Amino acid sequence: MGQFGIGQPLRRKEDPRLLRGEGRYTDDVNVDGQLWAAFYRSPHPHADILSIDPAPARAAPGVAAVFTIADLDADGVPDMPCEVELSDLSGRPMWKPMRPILARGRVRFVGECVAIVLAATQAQAREAAELLKVEYAPLPAVADSESALAADAPVLWEALGSNVPVHWQNQDSAPVDAAMAAAAHRVRVRIVNNRLVPSPMEPKAALAAWDAQAAKLTLWAPTQGGRRIQANIAKRYLRLEQDQLRVISQDVGGGFGMRGQTYPEFVAVAWAAKQIGGAVKWRADRTETFFSDYHGRDQVNEAEMGLDSDGRMVALKIVTLVNLGAYMAENGPRMPIEGGGRIIPCCYHAPQFHFSVKPVFTNTVSTDTYRGAGRPEANFLMERLMDEAARATGLPREEVRRRNYITQFPYRTPMGYVIDSGEFARGMDDALRMAEWSTFEERRTEARARGRLRGIGVAAFIEAAGGRAPTEDMRVRVDAEGAVTVFSGSHAHGQGHDTVFSQLVNEFLGVDPDRVRLVQGDTDVTPRGSIGTFGSRSSMMGGGGLKASCEKIVAKATLVAAHLMQAEPAAVRFETGVFRAGASETTFSEVAAAAWDARRIPEGMTPGLDESCLFQREAENFPNGCHVCEVEIDPDTGTPEIVRYVAIDDCGVVLNPLIVHGQVYGGVAQGLGQAMVENALYDADGQLVSATYMDYGMPRAHHMAHVEAGFNTTPCRTNPLGVKGAGEAGACGAPPAFIGALVDALRDHGVTHIDMPATPEKIWRAINRANAPA
Amino acid sequence: MKTKVTLNVNGQERTAEVEPRTLLVELLRDQLGMTGTHVGCDTTQCGCCVIHVDDKAVKSCTMLAVQAQGKKVVTIEGLAAADGTLHPMQEAFRDHHGLQCGFCTPGMVMMGVDIARRLPGADEKTVREQLEGNICRCTGYQGIVEAILSVVNPGAVKEHHHA
Repeated sequence: MGQFGIGQPLRRKEDPRLLRGEGRYTDDVNVDGQLWAAFYRSPHPHADILSIDPAPARAAPGVAAVFTIADLDADGVPDMPCEVELSDLSGRPMWKPMRPILARGRVRFVGECVAIVLAATQAQAREAAELLKVEYAPLPAVADSESALAADAPVLWEALGSNVPVHWQNQDSAPVDAAMAAAAHRVRVRIVNNRLVPSPMEPKAALAAWDAQAAKLTLWAPTQGGRRIQANIAKRYLRLEQDQLRVISQDVGGGFGMRGQTYPEFVAVAWAAKQIGGAVKWRADRTETFFSDYHGRDQVNEAEMGLDSDGRMVALKIVTLVNLGAYMAENGPRMPIEGGGRIIPCCYHAPQFHFSVKPVFTNTVSTDTYRGAGRPEANFLMERLMDEAARATGLPREEVRRRNYITQFPYRTPMGYVIDSGEFARGMDDALRMAEWSTFEERRTEARARGRLRGIGVAAFIEAAGGRAPTEDMRVRVDAEGAVTVFSGSHAHGQGHDTVFSQLVNEFLGVDPDRVRLVQGDTDVTPRGSIGTFGSRSSMMGGGGLKASCEKIVAKATLVAAHLMQAEPAAVRFETGVFRAGASETTFSEVAAAAWDARRIPEGMTPGLDESCLFQREAENFPNGCHVCEVEIDPDTGTPEIVRYVAIDDCGVVLNPLIVHGQVYGGVAQGLGQAMVENALYDADGQLVSATYMDYGMPRAHHMAHVEAGFNTTPCRTNPLGVKGAGEAGACGAPPAFIGALVDALRDHGVTHIDMPATPEKIWRAINRANAPA
Repeated sequence: MKTKVTLNVNGQERTAEVEPRTLLVELLRDQLGMTGTHVGCDTTQCGCCVIHVDDKAVKSCTMLAVQAQGKKVVTIEGLAAADGTLHPMQEAFRDHHGLQCGFCTPGMVMMGVDIARRLPGADEKTVREQLEGNICRCTGYQGIVEAILSVVNPGAVKEHHHA
């Protein structure tokens, strides 16, 4: 490990630029002559569209065009599909609707795009959009998944006849029911996993410019890697060759899973630019992002665990409803089944397991991937069950976990996924020690004397990272001066790839990180097989591809060095930037210069030092950890304060601890946000009543506490760097650690569970309900 | 109907024709081309647009451009030295990993400078409360709080575990 290589807390290379305000986000880009777009959105959660009269909007000042679905249909623009394939136990496939880019005949959620208006300025476009005359016949609406199951519930898709497109199960429940019936202890939980709005701080935006000369469209948009959107929009919606569309996502203000998808607004803006033969720009305001960004979570889980008399799990049963929203987003129904299913039953061994999932249509924004994407939900319900198991068996909370941890690896889960490594008990011991778990009761007593309720919670969790999309394309070019350019298929939107990939280049080629340049986020120059960054995959996939590319560079450079030193290639050693053969040596820079000079390389060799790798992963990796949260509650107001938070994480080999800890802190904050304040709330009529940051609780600095973080490293055995993902772990650990602490603080009040978000009001009511006379 | 507005931005006199409804942040971004100040929410909640007006932190999405007539405005672009050398608060954000995607960062740094000016010696709790009007979605605030503390009250920065 060198000064700048793997494991060093190198400060970020991208920071000075961003700190000086020199970032280049989509809205910072403008094109001469661009028109501004605004969307007219449905105010109704469910209604038939009787007529659309665009005339008043077309007549408004500055307006250039108004397009509706009639215009898209006339041009043959297809609707949007969901990519997920599922079937029930009888083999009947899931029913799937298509989503029109702009509403066709019916609107199904508040905020659905109905028309796009183009005008000279943004204000004119927005004002004109308000003039659009749309006549509706409102229909009854339903917003929550349980209500949507009722026999008399409004049905969103008549062709389906109900709101449930599939009843998916892993297997018949009979064996699990039998084991459950025979169990010495049975515990149950019912979890409402609250709906969240991902809320990256940069609102969604798009700028599309059609270049008639080049017959090429350029689309600037915040994405998590533009290739997939490029392929989708070019080929499917615009009927262009893929490279007739250039997608640029230079700086992106956060992603968290919601920026990987092809949103209808992107398609509409790109299509409109091509249609008018010019440039069209759109920037959502924050409320629009609440209607446009796919939401996360929104599950209801009924779970039951059976344990033997020693507190060992014998059976596990989970029945999940997942609210899909009105349409089926690209990954929607995948969340519980594949997102969560590939880690359930989390850190524990369950001999018998039954898993039932019903996705449910409602008149709401579609749900899709958001930080953790199914794993936070799975870990939360398992940890709530474990706390209940402790109560039922009388075992300490840490002990019931210890008795059920998976200890033998590789471990095949009931769903068939293979966990390569982990040391769950060691991680928990580290966390308990750091959090001074054993002396907690003293602190509870001390707090009680001050009139405060103090509690502590422990949560073990496991995650799965890097698994979807099994390849990534990385390219490394060394120029004649020895400087390196990395053309990255991975895409950074806050994760610090520029820094970490430079460290890897330093590790493998000995080149100073300052002489490494990262090129990303531009489909004209990023590798053809680029996938992007999601599911905590960049360390394994981008890193793996980078390592393999560097190895190819070294292999070729070794031949050049041998030629220069007149040595046998087998006799050449490469170490810290220097090639040596016997007493001779030559530097990496000297070899790089020679490699580009046809006169100085071995006969038959192609000049250059430019290698790429379409890296193929062997398996996904399984980050895990144990978090401990300690809270104090003011019983008069119900306000919780986090007084201590300890996070022990197994992220495999740590490439840069500064950055990995940063990922953990950020994940913890999003997890605590879900647990404490965040809630995308629909009223019974289907109106989203939390559609600004005045109504939707975002976690602020004062909600958080200083996180004490440490690593419990077990290198991953199935990838070349030994890395595990880091991005989503915190969001898995924080909700059960926090809720566990709250419930512990309120145990004398008879409280066994509080649904998220555990707002002061909810906590106050829990205390006072318990105190109320019978 | 446009109005002329003249203001001093980062030490330079700037004049622009604005509509009465033009927000200060729109003037900065759209007319003066200074895109370092960001818009994250439109409702004065997120703080991505914080700048300094007459040495006070102000959300530039919540001030009309015409209200800046004759005022001294400092934006994130005006903080570093002319040669690009970072301001101590910017340097502290880098040292403490106080930014990830960078979108909230200009507002956070401008707020940090404002806190440092008003509340030297502030403790961690105070710094967290002072950041009530600035939202960061990436960092969990840990690096931001540490960065600001390292400037206003270095002894209050908690020990890190970078091992």
